[in-house]
Amino acid sequence: MTPKASALPAEDYLRMYRQMVRIRSFEDNANQLYLAAKMPGLTHMYSGEEAVAVGICEALKPTDKITSTHRGHGHCVAKGADFKQMFCELLGKEEGYCRGKGGSMHIADQSNGNLGANAIVGGSMGIATGAALSSKMRGSDEVAVCFFGDGATAQGLMYEVMNMAALWNLPVIYACENNGYSEYTPTDEIAAGSITARAEAFGMEAFQIDGQDVIAVNTLAQTLVERCRNGEGPFFVELMTYRYHGHHVGDINREYYRAKDEEHDWKTNRDPIIRLRGWLIEEGLASEEQIDLINEEIKQDAKAAVDYALAAPYPDASEVDMHVFTDVKHAVA
Amino acid sequence: MREITLSKAVNEALAEEMRRDERVFIIGEDVAEAGTPFKILSGLVEEFGTGRVIDTPISEPGFMGMGVGAAMTGMRPVVDLMFGDFIFLIMDQLCNQAAKTHYMSGGKLNVPLVLRTNLGATRRSAAQHSQSLHALVAHIPGVKVALPSSAYEAKGLLKTAIRDDNPVVIFEDKLMYQDSAPVPDEEYTIPFGQANIKREGTDITLIGTSSMVQVCEAAADLLAEQGISAEVVDPRTIVPLDTKTLVESAKKTSRVIVVDEGHQSFGVSSEIASRINEQAFYYLDAPAVRIGAMDVPIPFSPALEDLTVPSAEVVVKQALRLVRGEMIDAA
Repeated sequence: MTPKASALPAEDYLRMYRQMVRIRSFEDNANQLYLAAKMPGLTHMYSGEEAVAVGICEALKPTDKITSTHRGHGHCVAKGADFKQMFCELLGKEEGYCRGKGGSMHIADQSNGNLGANAIVGGSMGIATGAALSSKMRGSDEVAVCFFGDGATAQGLMYEVMNMAALWNLPVIYACENNGYSEYTPTDEIAAGSITARAEAFGMEAFQIDGQDVIAVNTLAQTLVERCRNGEGPFFVELMTYRYHGHHVGDINREYYRAKDEEHDWKTNRDPIIRLRGWLIEEGLASEEQIDLINEEIKQDAKAAVDYALAAPYPDASEVDMHVFTDVKHAVA
Repeated sequence: MREITLSKAVNEALAEEMRRDERVFIIGEDVAEAGTPFKILSGLVEEFGTGRVIDTPISEPGFMGMGVGAAMTGMRPVVDLMFGDFIFLIMDQLCNQAAKTHYMSGGKLNVPLVLRTNLGATRRSAAQHSQSLHALVAHIPGVKVALPSSAYEAKGLLKTAIRDDNPVVIFEDKLMYQDSAPVPDEEYTIPFGQANIKREGTDITLIGTSSMVQVCEAAADLLAEQGISAEVVDPRTIVPLDTKTLVESAKKTSRVIVVDEGHQSFGVSSEIASRINEQAFYYLDAPAVRIGAMDVPIPFSPALEDLTVPSAEVVVKQALRLVRGEMIDAA
């Protein structure tokens, strides 16, 4: 794990550890809620990809913008969201971040610069690039990060907005989470050639990085965010990562598209949380006991938030036609 | 009062709003030095610079999506879509993103974006540059839709659209860009959702949208020659729709024809006629009738194209049948 010697204050690394464990814990609970039939609809688990969201979001300020995906719980947690409002949203409760109107696929803590999880694959690329254009026009130093998967590289919108971002030097980072599968299809069956070369064709600097190494991700993100603030954007990063669960929670029998041995290998040998834990101890930044305590605290936090959300009220029926327009209280009066 | 073209009215509205609010900017294809193929925006880049009148590559979904993102983060984009037909290219960004963002975020994010585009056939531009597609947008909750019927309307409605915190699509009739109308020197806006009774009458109501208001007025003149008094009503916006004024007029005259240049089936004329039949049924002497564009792709040949668009003659023919109590020509 890089770097060997810790370059940041210990608290920064511990916060990255906490945030990754919080994401894993959130997802474990969300999966249980689904399996217990307590959650409406379905959801897409971020487990295994925690180092990507945390490594990047830890390099951002709350005013920086992100756009997220259908697999968006990780980005939401990493950008500063609270468990209670997240679980409330997942269960369609009034206190959810979107008052229960978005659910898993649109979850976002908007007050921390999250412009929304998006259920159209690649659908947020224009939004993130527009947020970067807006930042530049307003003379702000805000940076926008567009999270998307390898599957979204097959969408034409990406090429349109990367072209404009490069033409106009916009402060946007395209963060491609390559988890090896586009839904139920291996990435090499849907993407010809190199993914980073797609960005390089626009004259954009592109990087491929181990997405399971949170420190490496964060180190690169710190550099690129700073360079974006200095007007050197845009950038493209392909983060090699892995999705522990199926495409969605109901995708249980996966052997027709990926082997159990492969899943076992990533979970055992490349897990971002296990790796950072080992590094923290090796570097003397935390003891085994401290880390166990962090894990236990987060577990309890998540449990309390789940219990809270389960007991929380649903929105009143009168909410159904609210928020269609900003200036109309009830759109279907 | 001075008279200016619809094109000039749009240009003035944009310039005034850009002077008033530095967050307002224009983005689209050939909007800067070229001023669009219709030359509507000429002069704006000279005043506001390329930083606020932004020429893009030919990437409609891309610049529409960027407009949505800019609107969500403190700007007020006016996205220029060169032809209304291209709206199919941006449907995801308009209908899945812009229209739903405020609702899906529980009211926390706004998209104060204006999409300026056009409609209208008979320019001999064939099937991919002649459509009137406003019904597709009006079908999706979360987007307002304005249909200006003159230079005066175009200026006032556009200024209101730019000040609105919701996504608004304005469809200008591309055949009306050079039509002049009285427009005051002093500033004004036109509120959304307030239909305009253009002409009062007692025997029949003609509801027209966009340039079909002119068709209805021409029909009303012809009907007057035959002693029939037609009321002409312009809804101005179809989302929100001033159903109350339309229904009141229907109750007063007892006969209604709705004229809209979108395809007749599943369209705006169907929706308005349906509301009137539901809400004014017991006051009507005949069912409310739709007249829309013929349900065919718009043909190129002038000999064919003119047949597809509602005309004053067709409106008069149907109106006379309604007044005489005859069966109408059904679609």
